[in-house]
Amino acid sequence: MRLYAVVAAGGFRRYATYRTATAAGVFTNTVFGFIVAYTYTALWEQRPQLGGYDLSQAVTYVWLGQSLLMTCAMMGGGFEDELMDRIRTGDVAIDLYRPADLQLWWLASDLGRAAFHLLGRGIVPMALGGLVFDLTLPGNPLVWLAFLFSVFLGVLVSFAVRFLVALSAFWLLDGAGVGQITFLAGMFFSGMLLPLTLFPGLLGEVARVLPWSSLLQVPADVFLGRHTGWGLVGAFAFQAGWALALLALGRLLQSVATRRVVVQGG
Amino acid sequence: MADGLSEGVSERVPKGVPPEGEWSRPPLWEGLRAYGLIIAMWIRSTMAYRASFAMTAFGNFAATAFDFVAILLMFSHVDRLGGYSLPEVAFLYGAAGAAFGLADLTFGSMDRLGRRVRDGTLDTLLVRPAPVLAQVAGDRFALRRLGRITQGLLVLGYALVTLDIAWTPLKVAMLPMMILSGAAIFASVFVAGGAFQFWALDAAEVQNSFTYGGTTLLQYPPTVFAKDLVRGVTFVVPLAFVNWIPALYVMDREDPLGLPDWAAFLPPVVAVGCCALAGLAWRVGLRAYRSTGS
Repeated sequence: MRLYAVVAAGGFRRYATYRTATAAGVFTNTVFGFIVAYTYTALWEQRPQLGGYDLSQAVTYVWLGQSLLMTCAMMGGGFEDELMDRIRTGDVAIDLYRPADLQLWWLASDLGRAAFHLLGRGIVPMALGGLVFDLTLPGNPLVWLAFLFSVFLGVLVSFAVRFLVALSAFWLLDGAGVGQITFLAGMFFSGMLLPLTLFPGLLGEVARVLPWSSLLQVPADVFLGRHTGWGLVGAFAFQAGWALALLALGRLLQSVATRRVVVQGG
Repeated sequence: MADGLSEGVSERVPKGVPPEGEWSRPPLWEGLRAYGLIIAMWIRSTMAYRASFAMTAFGNFAATAFDFVAILLMFSHVDRLGGYSLPEVAFLYGAAGAAFGLADLTFGSMDRLGRRVRDGTLDTLLVRPAPVLAQVAGDRFALRRLGRITQGLLVLGYALVTLDIAWTPLKVAMLPMMILSGAAIFASVFVAGGAFQFWALDAAEVQNSFTYGGTTLLQYPPTVFAKDLVRGVTFVVPLAFVNWIPALYVMDREDPLGLPDWAAFLPPVVAVGCCALAGLAWRVGLRAYRSTGS
């Protein structure tokens, strides 16, 4: 356990090292937040209560999206590129040789990364957005706690998906294609482009039960107080269910990969 | 061989060094030639893996297509956004997408410069007998970005078919003019962003605000945004000249800032100005470059 705590702290510090890059990222998140918030304002001014949100909630949703974009790695990127590279070059043999579990090792480092991105890239854009737009912030500290827990579950789901993507490199070697599909799914089905409650008919129903909705749609709804009481428990159960299922699948794939696949390299 | 023997020894030049006179060619021509050679090399290398190229080009197409799907979803709830109908927004979207796609194809590699400065591989480019800008712009030329241009042109085509425009020869001429000038404006943003990385090193992401952020902004009608923001992208970073100002003229729409009609014909002028400024910034940046020494 101590080992994984150290790995997580390492993940945090690793991303915290690049301060200019973080500042640049915050700037970009803020610019995108402004652009999208204006388009949502135009949309909600014509259709108040669209998707069950009022204008202020819709704009808050935009800024939550910018804050969680990196935290939940909706666009992908982060550890899986590195792991795929290690699989392709054969360096993964060294990882398997270590007295630590492959999945838990990368999970710990990804949790460290997510914690840094939440603090370093999440807070400032939201605060800057709050200066210009009227945001709906929860008054109840318990809602904030529930939100943080929901984000944690979202990061677990995000990790589990990206771990599967990375392991595909054992068979495909070049993960560029799979990575691109995950990027598209992450952007579209997380609710980053538009809240999933606005998706029509069957598309909406499917989008809302796919794992990616755990990355933004569910945490944002928790933040906006749309899940309370048993509904909140249900939302957590939905996220935790996907996290467990996908992590278990990752574990299964990992054991198949390590037993059946010949590692590259010389 | 026979020729070489008949020539005097003093006239022979070492292999790889162009004969005199070739150095005196205009630098722009020299740059274009180098750029052409570099991208031809990368295209050959891309085409070695055709299936991979087809997939990544399709992915590039799909990634931008999702932006438009989001707009379609918006229009499934409303008839007008900021007072603009779907075909009108599609016109703005297609023009911005095609212009940005062209700039991204030709200069999109500029954002790799920061990495080259950090790890010292820029030094390799400095000793080659070709303009550094051409080498950086052509570095890892990504032909898959044709996907984005195709997507932009398709949306533009849809807009032109569905829009009811009173066409005049001037308006027809406006179409290629706005896409080419728009591409040049975005290209100068890429180059200026590259120059900025000589100092900022790992702040490459700031550039995304103006390139990817800029094209996202231009996909929506100017009436959606706050006046100050529109003023900023008209007078400070003149992105409004990529599509907003000329497209409003084509669609007979009022300019939200009340600019006169002749402003619609300014994009080529603005583009030349932007390229000149970006070129200047590039020179200053390159002069300021200090190698990591590793």
